[in-house]
Amino acid sequence: MSTKNKCPFGKRVLKLLKGIAGIFIKIWKHPRGRVGLIILLVLAFCAVFAPLITRYDPYDVTARCEKGLRPSWEHPLGTTISTGQDIFSMLIYGARVSLAVGCITGLCIACLGCLMGILAGYVGGWVDTLIMRIVDVMLVIPTLPLTIVLTNLFGKSYFMIVFIFTLFGWVGLARVVRSQVLVIKNSNYIKAAELAGAGTWRIMTRHILPGVSHLVIMSTCLTSAGIMVAEAGLSFLGLGDPTAISWGKMLAEVQSGGAMLFGYWWWIAAPGIGIFLAVFSLMRIGMALEEIFNPRMKRVSSGYKLFKSLNSSYIQEVFDSMNDEDRPETDPGREGGQA
Amino acid sequence: MSDKALVRVEHLNVFFPVRGGLPFEKKKQVEAVCDMTFEIRQGETFGLIGESGCGKTTLANAILGMRPPTSGKVFFKGQDLYALKGKDFKALRRDMQMIFQDPLSSLNPRFDVLDIISEPMQIRGGFSEEEMEARTVELLEMVGLSKEDLHRHPSDFSGGQRQRIGIARAISLHPAFLVCDEPVSALDVSVHAQILNLLMRLQKELGMTYLFISHNLAVVKSICSHMIVMYLGKAMEWGPTDKIYKNPVHPYTRALLDAVLDIDVDNKKEKKLIQGELPSPIDPPKGCRFCTRCEYATEKCRTEAPPTVKVEPGHYCACHFAEGCVSEA
Ligand SMILES: Nc1ncnc2c1ncn2[C@@H]1O[C@H](COP(=O)(O)OP(=O)(O)OP(=O)(O)O)[C@@H](O)[C@H]1O
Ligand SMILES: [Mg+2]
Repeated sequence: MSTKNKCPFGKRVLKLLKGIAGIFIKIWKHPRGRVGLIILLVLAFCAVFAPLITRYDPYDVTARCEKGLRPSWEHPLGTTISTGQDIFSMLIYGARVSLAVGCITGLCIACLGCLMGILAGYVGGWVDTLIMRIVDVMLVIPTLPLTIVLTNLFGKSYFMIVFIFTLFGWVGLARVVRSQVLVIKNSNYIKAAELAGAGTWRIMTRHILPGVSHLVIMSTCLTSAGIMVAEAGLSFLGLGDPTAISWGKMLAEVQSGGAMLFGYWWWIAAPGIGIFLAVFSLMRIGMALEEIFNPRMKRVSSGYKLFKSLNSSYIQEVFDSMNDEDRPETDPGREGGQA
Repeated sequence: MSDKALVRVEHLNVFFPVRGGLPFEKKKQVEAVCDMTFEIRQGETFGLIGESGCGKTTLANAILGMRPPTSGKVFFKGQDLYALKGKDFKALRRDMQMIFQDPLSSLNPRFDVLDIISEPMQIRGGFSEEEMEARTVELLEMVGLSKEDLHRHPSDFSGGQRQRIGIARAISLHPAFLVCDEPVSALDVSVHAQILNLLMRLQKELGMTYLFISHNLAVVKSICSHMIVMYLGKAMEWGPTDKIYKNPVHPYTRALLDAVLDIDVDNKKEKKLIQGELPSPIDPPKGCRFCTRCEYATEKCRTEAPPTVKVEPGHYCACHFAEGCVSEA
């Protein structure tokens, strides 16, 4: 009898894990998704096991005698001109920062956006009005200038950058989640659960959250990619954390360190390729996910998707088309008494 | 036992506010259910008939405690449902269940059959995993599905099978009262009879009371003992089914019955088909609600609400001219 309470919980965790594994398997089976997954896993491996891959400390600026070396076996991508840091290890360690900032911000946005969307959609009333008004305001605030102001005010740390991106990033997701929650909330299976005595918590966790999870997962991938680009941009402008090496910061150093002048093209290419691979893989996975969740989107060309996703109107569109699909077929079988 | 009222509805009104409109305009409302009073007895099948959009589902929701009424009372097992709060409310409501009009949207597409049917048991608690599975299999077999269907998802089933799953979920905790909201209207005609037979068999086996909502008069005639004919949120005629069918008094009931007979054969009887469209429930006609489509309508019908006329014992009608029919019959 002791299993009575434990068992369902353990089983639910197992089910959740199974669901996550199922998603990974589906991405793997998707031809383009697999490419993205492989690249992302390689990048993640590099980031996690950076000290095993390269033996130089990228932060070591004391190697005065090894300045401006060209690529060799010793230094696969050479060293920087002014400080003599090993570029290859900068690239590997840079993956840590770039991926971490991208993914953590993506997750924060997913949590906040999901929470706000569910609150607005499920609780409704003045909560809904309040959240939607905030969303409206957030949508018209120009993000970049404000980010610059805020980082200058509160200090340039990655914590601050994650915080600011999250603050401005949740809005789009919240809107999408809210409309999906409204659809689910009005469906009869919620009514049936309420009739059986289900409380708010149960309906939220068992029906509504799983119902929006695919939207959240997909948007996390796509926004993470966007955040990585944005972080690179900020670091390039010198607004990132000055003490950490990220790909954006490397690009800034390329500029200031005179790589162009000396024709050190590998130094320029390295961070560029890093950013490209990370964004490319996340976009691939995101798009594969959305084709898995919503087979109808296959017809849309990927160029259009990319354009739309930069435009941040894409997720809304995916969602809209899902909505059509979920609508039950209207059957002609309504032969009633009165013809 | 059999003439004890299980559900009693007293002067129930459910109005929906209409959004929009000009700022200083009088607020409009949809009068979805207006002044309904009736009783459903233990063990019977009670028919509720009306055109699409006349407020049947809204009435059912109000009875089940899912749509707080604007005014009026609902008594279930002698207790005022909306006077109860929290736990007591939930406890009382557990004895009521519903079968939905659209079987697909009533099943969560992400759940498998086991999850769907065992959900009420999970919510009530006190069942072990094995007990729930065993009970689910038992229920599946009761509604004509098999053990193999346990881990399939709603999208894998046909409409009729989905409705069977909905029925299995509804009866899983032995409710005393089951609302069947047009359980077959979204289904193919070929499975109507199967589902109806299943419902009738379950009623006999489990001793449930049904509120059977339909717009199909033939079905109501064959399974219901009492019925109400509803039009634009109001009751037009109510009483024992056989009496209403034998002696329909209200012009609306007659027109509905004529429309059914119409399909049968080309009998020479003059037909009184209903003309025109259902008026909007926002701003319903003053006086008798049916007056815009009634062939006998006079000035009185347009301005004065009709009285309730007792046609026979237990058989009532809301029409200005029902008195005439009483003597006629
Ligand atoms: N949540 C709501 N808000 C506003 N109006 C509503 C709401 N629910 C129902 N109505 C209105 O109430 C009226 C009755 O609707 P209801 O769903 O009860 O009809 P019905 O008799 O069940 O029709 P059908 O046979 O098509 O199921 C309709 O005019 C509808 O527009
Ligand atoms: Mg209905």
